Amino acid sequence: MSNILVFIETSPSGELRNTVAPLLGVAATLGHPICVVSASPERRESIAQQLSQSGAGHVVFASTDQTTASLVEPHVQALTTAVQNFAPAAVLIANSVDGRDVAGRLAVRVGMNLIIDAVELRLQDGAVVAAHSIFGGAYLVESTVHDGIPIVTVRQGVGEPLEATEGATVDVVEVTAANYVDVVIGEVAEKTVEQDRPELRSASTVVSGGRGLGSKENFALVETLADLLDGAVGASRAAVDAGYAPQNTQVGQTGVTVAPDLYIAVGISGAIQHRAGMQAAKTIVAINSDEHAPIFDIADFGVVGDAFEIVPQLVAEIGARSTRVP
Amino acid sequence: MKIVALIKQVPDTYGERKLSATGVIVRGAKESVIDEISERALEIALSHKDKDKSTQVVALSMGPESVTEALRKALSLGADSAVHVCDDQLVGADLVTTARVLAAALKKEGFDLIVTGNQSSDGQGGTLPAMLAEHLSLPAATALDSLEINGTTLRAQRSTDYASATVHTTLPAVVSVTERAPEARFPNFRGIMSAKRKPLSALSLDDLDIDLGSDRSGGRSVVLTSTQRPARTAGIKITDEGQAAAQLAEFLSAGRLI
Ligand SMILES: Cc1cc2nc3c(=O)[nH]c(=O)nc-3n(C[C@H](O)[C@H](O)[C@H](O)COP(=O)(O)OP(=O)(O)OC[C@H]3O[C@@H](n4cnc5c(N)ncnc54)[C@H](O)[C@@H]3O)c2cc1C
Repeated sequence: MSNILVFIETSPSGELRNTVAPLLGVAATLGHPICVVSASPERRESIAQQLSQSGAGHVVFASTDQTTASLVEPHVQALTTAVQNFAPAAVLIANSVDGRDVAGRLAVRVGMNLIIDAVELRLQDGAVVAAHSIFGGAYLVESTVHDGIPIVTVRQGVGEPLEATEGATVDVVEVTAANYVDVVIGEVAEKTVEQDRPELRSASTVVSGGRGLGSKENFALVETLADLLDGAVGASRAAVDAGYAPQNTQVGQTGVTVAPDLYIAVGISGAIQHRAGMQAAKTIVAINSDEHAPIFDIADFGVVGDAFEIVPQLVAEIGARSTRVP
Repeated sequence: MKIVALIKQVPDTYGERKLSATGVIVRGAKESVIDEISERALEIALSHKDKDKSTQVVALSMGPESVTEALRKALSLGADSAVHVCDDQLVGADLVTTARVLAAALKKEGFDLIVTGNQSSDGQGGTLPAMLAEHLSLPAATALDSLEINGTTLRAQRSTDYASATVHTTLPAVVSVTERAPEARFPNFRGIMSAKRKPLSALSLDDLDIDLGSDRSGGRSVVLTSTQRPARTAGIKITDEGQAAAQLAEFLSAGRLI
């Protein structure tokens, strides 16, 4: 079986990011996953243990005390060493902000090619073939790298987590400072994650609000409906720009792409860039006061009307049903 | 101070976007625009020039003939000069080639700061800023919501998937901005008129001493198939006359969605 390198993202306090488990799952469908992670030495045991919990059998740990003196250099060096030592068939990296930086630098440093934003990966005659969902799902494209080994950025949320293993073997490698002036990290504020709500990318129900909600206070209407349906909360860019919802809830071309069973758009016009992030949903419901809003062109069930009337009534209706049918 | 803003011309996201069977974007000059995120990158450069008149702003782009239109617009917004990397051999160039060519053009042009968008709206690779930085042995301060330049020090607010952080580094550097960075200004009449007199130079691969055939050690990315998915169609649409919420609840429960 070929070796597949997997870049592991961790938080400053040493917890695995939520991109890790699914990415390991994708790697295991292609070959033997080898995790590559860099962190300060005292995190080694805890990270190795978390990785074996996530199904990893083999970890390359790059020990560094440079964690705030660089954005990505220790990661790039660790991966460069691992590429030389393990002759992988592919390097998998989550398509995240830091992941893209790591992938870009690594590609140039080791002279490998890139496959961008894969939503599916398979082996065909020994080569890694990737599927991509382009222009918001309007096109399905398959690509590969000829005469080379790819570095693949994998769309977040793709992949099934693995069973835990009995403990992973850990190779320790050394990294040095960058040979260029680096970017220094100052104060870090972790973004709040809604602990009680499902993750936006993988939720089976998403309720999103737009500029039509009119204020941050009114946006609570969307949150109430989402919570009632055990759904995640999304937002249009206009709603994010207006401060109604945090930036990591933005759905669309430049935000998150979702494909839930149910997507409810409240006070969202359905601009093409918003549709790019949600038109793969199985069922789309739209509530909008403008009967000509383009969101209705793709809605399975559209209600022309005032969200401030309809959403509270809908909450009451759903509440009544759930008490009737236990 | 010399700031080079990287400009990408893309299919207008407000229009219908098409891919050929080989996965190459079908470019109709009419629906092509400067990517919104490139405009924000240019705005960073121009707002620095507003504060410090000695700043020289260069708009750099690689792409087909039609790209001159995008560069003219950049000039009309206030860039001092523009450089267009244009060569028939670059049609369908992959990221590795694009980064190599742009890095060569940047070296030739010279710079103190390179500003790009974080991710284009067509390719959405988001790896180019880091690739350029690696080619040029520079720091890459990516995904910046805002930034401040003081002499040769750059301080910025960087936003990742998980956190927001203050970062700093020293020029020369590559930075990429997010869509939280300020929107672009509008061109005014004076800008449009003076754009016609500003220098717009073209560079070919020969000018950059690049032979694409010479280094292919990393392989080539190849599109195998490209298929268009059927468009979604409209379903039921009702107008609320007091019963809509109940009907919607019925629809959801019939589909076992609640
Ligand atoms: C390069 C680029 C990238 C972009 N990326 C994204 C992206 O990722 N995500 C995104 O969402 N947008 C994106 N946009 C922006 C997009 O073009 C739209 O501007 C945005 O989606 C509009 O948000 P909205 O629907 O909330 O606001 P609007 O278009 O203003 O729509 C508000 C809607 O609310 C309705 N309304 C008002 N009051 C009520 C009421 N009481 N009850 C019910 N309905 C009501 C109105 O009829 C209207 O249809 C991008 C744009 C560009 C150029």
